[in-house]
Amino acid sequence: MSVLSCKNVSVTIAGIQVANHLDLDLKPGQFWGLLGPNGIGKTTLMKCLAGLDEPAHGQILLESRDIQGLPRKLLARHIGMLQQHTVYVFDSSVMQTALTGRHPHLAYWQREGAKDLEKAANALSAVDLEGFSTRSVTGLSGGEARRLAFATLLVQQPDIMLLDEPTNHLDLRHQIRIMNMVQEKTESECHSAFAALHDINLAARYCSHILMLFGNGDWCAGTCSEMLNESSLEKLYNCPVERLDSPKGPRFLPAAG
Amino acid sequence: MLDWSQWASAISNPASDLGELVWRLRLPRAAAAWTVGALLSLSGCLMQVLLRNPLADPYILGVSGGASFAALFGMTIGISAGMIPALAWAGALISILIVFSLARGEGPWSGTRLLLTGVVTASGWAALISLLLTLGPDGSLRGMLFWLIGDLSYARLPYWALVILLFIFFICLGMARSLNVLAMGETTARLLGEPTRKLLWLVYLLASVLTATAVSIAGNIGFVGLIVPHLMRLLVGSDHRVLLPAAAMFGGLFLVLSDTLARTVLAPRQLPVGVVTALLGVPLFLLLLNRARVKQ
Repeated sequence: MSVLSCKNVSVTIAGIQVANHLDLDLKPGQFWGLLGPNGIGKTTLMKCLAGLDEPAHGQILLESRDIQGLPRKLLARHIGMLQQHTVYVFDSSVMQTALTGRHPHLAYWQREGAKDLEKAANALSAVDLEGFSTRSVTGLSGGEARRLAFATLLVQQPDIMLLDEPTNHLDLRHQIRIMNMVQEKTESECHSAFAALHDINLAARYCSHILMLFGNGDWCAGTCSEMLNESSLEKLYNCPVERLDSPKGPRFLPAAG
Repeated sequence: MLDWSQWASAISNPASDLGELVWRLRLPRAAAAWTVGALLSLSGCLMQVLLRNPLADPYILGVSGGASFAALFGMTIGISAGMIPALAWAGALISILIVFSLARGEGPWSGTRLLLTGVVTASGWAALISLLLTLGPDGSLRGMLFWLIGDLSYARLPYWALVILLFIFFICLGMARSLNVLAMGETTARLLGEPTRKLLWLVYLLASVLTATAVSIAGNIGFVGLIVPHLMRLLVGSDHRVLLPAAAMFGGLFLVLSDTLARTVLAPRQLPVGVVTALLGVPLFLLLLNRARVKQ
């Protein structure tokens, strides 16, 4: 299991500073939540972590090697990302799409074997899409497409999962199922996860660590219990927040007025 | 019409009159038709993935424009017919290099930049072709028009075309799984481990070479490169490991059939095969599209 670390990383997009001098270690077993208001650059930061974009300054290291210098295929075996949107232009079956997760693990001419098919079938049933194998991806609903994208990520089996708003389009049951699965991957398989979230209470319930982006490059990181309180959330979202204590920990609501 | 025994004797006696007809006229022409159809269909499949647009066809990026201009220029100045394919190939190559060097630039891959560069280059060639048609001698206009529509009347199969087809076909088959991933979008493909910038330029070059080869043999035969990949996606699905062989086989077959019709429908007059591919292709395509929609 590998560590993804940011060393003095500065990220900017179109003149906006996302994060300045960010130092962060994404270690095995950790589940990070990335919180911040709309348009603050959460996706941009994630793209840098996935090696899709280059940070303006600093290095992102996978096991102490700069990810910009690593071949994409090797990266894809360690780092997987659930993108915010998935658009299918060409028709394909659900099974065929889930199997693309095996792509980085297969050689040039190699075909998917029985094991790969089994992995894909398991991932599909994990997201309640068993029986959808032969369905066309262009006919899926928003939530089903989202679950398929997550299943593809499961099939890819990266030990570092980057999740850009993983619960978008999902109903309550599937939000919880997917967050449970990510938590299980981090806790019992020692993977790590880094998820941009807008639901503070999902973050409070599942994440072990939180990174907040405040704009102008300001950031703050720490364990979930340190980071989540009324004053930090009010500052983050510029919105009054109320705290409710439940037996399973604090929950946060927007305050009336 | 010939019966089977006449066919058999014609094929076993290449020196007889009928044998001569089959071996020296019909078979080479059918082989050329098959090869051109396969080249165009394969190129269409690649262009559609390259531009991530199911409406892309082999001619969209200006390859055929360069080839046509060079070929028509050759006809205008009265170059011998045997030299036209080489000239067309050279024109296509120039067009490929123009688009490649202008669209490449620095920074990440941009499908839009490639598309715009290609489409504008194609319009430039179209203007030059109109100029040639306007200024060209009347005697060669008919030949030029046939070439622009796409015609196999004088086509003979150059063996290098078959070599190019097979060579590129096997390269593509090897990277078929990468093409599947690429069809899901550039970012998705990168996340799944593809060095997409290199891969996309490779796809561009392969598709362009396929188009250039087809056009230099038979001119601008339309619709095959657009319709065959579509039909095959509807029939066999979008896994390129199945789609590419199916498109090549059916594309070849479709053009052989079209050319046979072009030769016989108004015999002894011959039609340019491009007219037939369009007349056959359009209703066939609309029909299948409609049936696919009903099934969904």
